[in-house]
Amino acid sequence: MNKGKVLMLGWEYAPFYSGGLGIVTRSIVNSLKKQGMDIILVLPKVPFELNEDQLEIINASKVKIESPESIIYSDIEINSLLTAYSTSYSYKERINKLIEIGAKEMSDKTANEVYGTNLFNEVERYAQKAAKIAEKYPHQVIHTHDWMTAKAGLAAKKVSNKPMVMHIHATEFERSAGNPNQDVYEIEREGMNGASKIIAVSERTKEKIVSNYGVSEDKVVVVHNAIEKYPQAKRIGKKINKTDKIVLFLGRLTLQKGAEFLLEAAEKVLRHKRRVKFVFIGHGDMLPFLIKRSIDLGIEKKVMFTGFMDHEDVDKAYQMADVYVMPSVDEPFGITTLEAIKNGTPVIISKQSGVSEVIVNALKVDFWDIDELANQILSVIRYNPLSKCIAQNAEEELKRLDWDKQCKKIMNVYEQVNSK
Amino acid sequence: MYKKSICFYFQVHQPWRLSKVNILRLAEQDDLFEGFGHGDNKAVFKKVAEKCYLPTNKLLYSIIKKHPEVKVTFSLSGVFLDQAECFDKRVIKSFKKLLDTGNVELMNETYYHSLAWLFSKKEFAHQIKMHRSKIWKLFKRRPVFFRNTELIYNNQVANFARLIGFNGIVAEGWDPLLNGQNPNFVYNAKTCDIHPEDRKIADDACFTKRRNHKIKLLLKNYRLSDDIAFRFSNKDWPEYPLTVEKYADWIEFSDGNTYNLFLDYETFGEHQWEETGIFEFLRKLPTELLQRNIYFRTVSETIKDYRVKGEIDIHNLISWADESRDLSAWVGNRIQEAAIKAVYDLEPRIIALTKGKKRREEKDALIEIWRRLQTSDHFYYMCTKYWNDGDVHKYFSHYESPYNAFINFMNCFNDFVLQLDKFEQQDKKDKIESKSEKIHEA
Repeated sequence: MNKGKVLMLGWEYAPFYSGGLGIVTRSIVNSLKKQGMDIILVLPKVPFELNEDQLEIINASKVKIESPESIIYSDIEINSLLTAYSTSYSYKERINKLIEIGAKEMSDKTANEVYGTNLFNEVERYAQKAAKIAEKYPHQVIHTHDWMTAKAGLAAKKVSNKPMVMHIHATEFERSAGNPNQDVYEIEREGMNGASKIIAVSERTKEKIVSNYGVSEDKVVVVHNAIEKYPQAKRIGKKINKTDKIVLFLGRLTLQKGAEFLLEAAEKVLRHKRRVKFVFIGHGDMLPFLIKRSIDLGIEKKVMFTGFMDHEDVDKAYQMADVYVMPSVDEPFGITTLEAIKNGTPVIISKQSGVSEVIVNALKVDFWDIDELANQILSVIRYNPLSKCIAQNAEEELKRLDWDKQCKKIMNVYEQVNSK
Repeated sequence: MYKKSICFYFQVHQPWRLSKVNILRLAEQDDLFEGFGHGDNKAVFKKVAEKCYLPTNKLLYSIIKKHPEVKVTFSLSGVFLDQAECFDKRVIKSFKKLLDTGNVELMNETYYHSLAWLFSKKEFAHQIKMHRSKIWKLFKRRPVFFRNTELIYNNQVANFARLIGFNGIVAEGWDPLLNGQNPNFVYNAKTCDIHPEDRKIADDACFTKRRNHKIKLLLKNYRLSDDIAFRFSNKDWPEYPLTVEKYADWIEFSDGNTYNLFLDYETFGEHQWEETGIFEFLRKLPTELLQRNIYFRTVSETIKDYRVKGEIDIHNLISWADESRDLSAWVGNRIQEAAIKAVYDLEPRIIALTKGKKRREEKDALIEIWRRLQTSDHFYYMCTKYWNDGDVHKYFSHYESPYNAFINFMNCFNDFVLQLDKFEQQDKKDKIESKSEKIHEA
């Protein structure tokens, strides 16, 4: 294919990100560049300077649009990066906070409307700006990521009449653990309908797209995530102390991520082995519940909630851990698994995850099977040969998970939609 | 005399698969060898009996009745025979019936289909002895040919077997190790020295007064064996479908005396389903071969009837597994090593249990568990080499992964260690009590 320009409509971008999407978007951009693609990357906010060949980053917040309506609430700073992945429960908390902050201006609106207007308004505004950008920058294909940029993709497509590829990293069904927000769902469905092809990060996500959104199977291509070949993270070789084993959880503390199942298993593990610490990195609406539950179980001294950590500290945490556990209830992919493996840590992952489709050197467990999870945790921390064997084989396996290989699949999709 | 013959040897084995044990529930098991699901060992045995053992035995019997020239050799592992006695006695009966034809020879092997050779010569010799008595008890036969688990072999194994009293032994005919020698002849194993301590063990286990100076070696023709065992139903194989005429051609027009076809017995009806035509192939083969003056011999007849062609010198241990023909399928990674070492580290404590008449039954039950834990299959399930290559379909196991196999093995092992600890503590207490009683009486 004539290696034309890709108009990539992103939402997060590493190193400024809160979740997997930022890492994945950056990896895809880097690999596409390597294959000779030129990319116009549009982001809602660009809090850093980045100048690279073949890559034009456009800060959507600096693009002016005329519509006065769309700037009404722009003075209210919301962290769209986080809220895009919140559950409905945290919407409400967020709303309450917003009401406190801006009670006067918003007193005439219901909380839901306020919040909704804000987040959805941001999505809307981003879409209007995308249309402007699409007009100005010639491109051959539009690549969107998840529901937040779906409207932008459709708007751009309307202007440029170029095919749109929608990359699904998670559907609303997965994010909400089965309680989808109707508005988000509608946007997703609209995007999927308008897209010429859909890229799903796993077979399980593809299944969801086909069964929940009425998309035909042959429209969806599975491209599993991979990991970039950046230099080996520096190993610190530190532990909390000589005797304590560390079991690590990293992710948002939401229903989807299943932290409570690890907590239940922790109690069983601690009955057999006292010198184990359970570290939960990340924040989310379930934090109060998890704290309370750890007290009820009588294991609060063995459990640590650290809140959010930046990238460097996260690498250290992976390295300090004796085992990384991802007990997700419903995980489209689960890029943290690859990060843990990269740092030499053995992983236990839920069978309800996309990453379990591509990694064989891991222990796998149904998220609800607490006894089996405890069995696996105890075995990994008890038997050094097991832990070493899993970690080393997984690291070897990781070398074969190559973004360059995956990006060729993405470029195939570009080619297909352009030849239609 | 016929110039050429087929030497069929069928391996018959079923492991006592472990029960599923969670580390949270150690010491709560009634039976560590039920199989991964409740009653699985019984179910598997019954299934394989229906699909393979019974129909193939029946077929062989009818073939022998039709062609009295047909001879076969079996090696029936001790744990297979135990399960047959537990789960389906018809299987034992049908083997007896086959043996009564006089056309069937039995080989000796380690009772528990174990890797004992690698870790304890004493245990190795003991399991051979146990197997001999089992074969005598059930079939009134005294084998003179030896087969080591998974055809694990080198000069040392052969010479140890010679010292015990065997006339012959079987091994893989893997050409990179044969220095251009043709596997279709009878060879001598190279004589070598055995460590004096091991020699003593072999001497103690010797079952004959007339030991040979040399032990004869039959080498598996792996190409012809695998044509039946693995490729028979493979439609991508250029030779598919395999006809008896074609197969007989290959034998007739190649150089050699004896074509040693060593197969897992489950090839018939289990690995190759009935629908593939495997039974038809077996039924027609003797007629076709006999027409061409190709005869059949058991392992002992083969070494008796043919002259020795030369000597085979194999230093490094080989087996009949995989491309590499080494031991990496069982002791190739650190979880396998850790698990197997854990088992053999208990040997001194087990030897202590063999002594004394008191609480004999309990002691024997513990020894039996320890020995069942030695079966090679447990360690095969922990093999990561194909797993890691992403060649998951090559991983024949009921476990989800080699790691799950290790975890479950160690849980069963630790359950056993708890039983052993408990027994030893009670035993110690009893001894102290009986001593103090004696002092009182005095």
